[in-house]
Amino acid sequence: MFFQQIINGLTVGGVYALIALGYTMVYGILELINFAHGEIYMLGAYLGIIFLGIFTAMGLTQYSLFLSLLLTFIFSVTFCSAYGFTIEKLAYKPLRKAPRLSPLISAIGVSIFLQNYVMLTQGATDKVFPHIMETTKIEFFNATMTALQVFIIVTSLLLMSLLHLYVMKTKTGKAMRAVAQDKVMASLLGINIDRIISVTFIIGSGLAAVAGLMVAMYYGLVNYYIGYIAGIKAFAAAVLGGIGSIPGAILGGFVLGIIESMGAGYLSSEYKDAYAFVILIIILLIKPRGLLGKSAKDS
Amino acid sequence: MLLLKDIHTFYGNIEAVKGIDLHVDKGEIVCLIGSNGAGKSTALMTISGILKPKNGGILFEGEEIHKLPPHQIVSRGISQVPEGRRIFPRLTVMENLEMGAYSVNSYQLSVVRKHPPLIPPLTRVDTGGVTTQLEKVFELFSVLKERRNQLGGTLSGGEQQMLAIGRALMSNPKLLLLDEPSLGLAPIFVIKIFKTIRELNSEGLTILLVEQNAKAALRLANRGYVMESGKVIKEGKGAELPHDADIKKAYLGE
Repeated sequence: MFFQQIINGLTVGGVYALIALGYTMVYGILELINFAHGEIYMLGAYLGIIFLGIFTAMGLTQYSLFLSLLLTFIFSVTFCSAYGFTIEKLAYKPLRKAPRLSPLISAIGVSIFLQNYVMLTQGATDKVFPHIMETTKIEFFNATMTALQVFIIVTSLLLMSLLHLYVMKTKTGKAMRAVAQDKVMASLLGINIDRIISVTFIIGSGLAAVAGLMVAMYYGLVNYYIGYIAGIKAFAAAVLGGIGSIPGAILGGFVLGIIESMGAGYLSSEYKDAYAFVILIIILLIKPRGLLGKSAKDS
Repeated sequence: MLLLKDIHTFYGNIEAVKGIDLHVDKGEIVCLIGSNGAGKSTALMTISGILKPKNGGILFEGEEIHKLPPHQIVSRGISQVPEGRRIFPRLTVMENLEMGAYSVNSYQLSVVRKHPPLIPPLTRVDTGGVTTQLEKVFELFSVLKERRNQLGGTLSGGEQQMLAIGRALMSNPKLLLLDEPSLGLAPIFVIKIFKTIRELNSEGLTILLVEQNAKAALRLANRGYVMESGKVIKEGKGAELPHDADIKKAYLGE
């Protein structure tokens, strides 16, 4: 039971962490809570169904499952990144100099718009994600792990490592950190702030798309409002780890996932969604800036 | 080289700069003195494009730059060391310097790399002379080389000022804007900073210097401007201004 819940927790935790990264990166740079981010995740799931459907109709899935899935991921990520890029340009950039509440309200507006847009075009009923991965199971310590769970955990960890390398080692990654620390100084050094913000939205949206696709594969069902609860939870994960901190978002995501699975396994799955928030409240009471948040001194 | 014509800049609702004209010629050190709130920093931020002038124009090497975004002004060859140094506290000294070279075309600093890069395609060829510039900065401030892997926020005030100047030099600018480089520094660092300014100028760098320490600044400068509540009230040769009766009384404390 214990190991089983750990495995389940790591699986959903990896997904939360991927979404939380988008929240935390955007917050780090713009101090904006991008409430539309959960919707990008939902779009990722829908686009996954659409593209996989197209590739299946073309006969590609039957020919090579791997190739079909790979292309589905690539297309969903590209489309979601384009959505993220466009949303920033249309809904946030014109409000760059407005009071801080304005872009926040704009973000809520985008979120409502995207939900309704998907509901109208795709219908209000659940969509089924085809069951494509074989249910190969690995057994150990009385726990079972499906191939899909391995895939989700490995993919999340891989993307997080790549993001870490990108932010720490590349010129643009370093510029992202510089912009997060001091925008005016970054401009004075010749960094194009708008470009860095766009890159941040593109990366964050791409990660959310992967998360959405993996959840669609995991639960098999998708509807237009899944972005809301996943978004709120991932946001909680980002806050739990310390908003603005990339390692914080990763840690927060996994902690939240594991707490949720443990609670569902040992207490009651009825209150699954509540455990995460109870822990969030407790941790914030003890550490107001989150687990890995910057202390007031160095910010 | 640099020409400001009737520049008016607002800081929020306050008109901080109320129509200043000034020019900096190639190879000069020009200093801008005046009390707190006279509009000196606002003038520098307007030149760098962080603040946009409401009226007037700025020419740099004959080109209008007051409508360009800040990053394009940097790539024209104007670099600023702002007041308070503004080191990125959670970037290393090396990363701070690399950010200084951001506007220079593709580069990857490899001088102090111990291990081969993890991902080879990320290592680009240094076409913009960044490595040479880095060596120059390390030669100027050897302490930065010793502390290259330390976080910027852990340096002392004097070291941070050296890093700030070094970082601004990484783009190999033609014109360097310095805002209060000696503010809050120990005397030994003040001497070092002024010596460096003179050295850089003798190598051909044009400098526009804003200073509280008017005496030392005027000794260094070819020409000086005195600002008061957003206006230039006096200008003159660096050697002459200190002997002006009003200036003596107001800024030199004599």
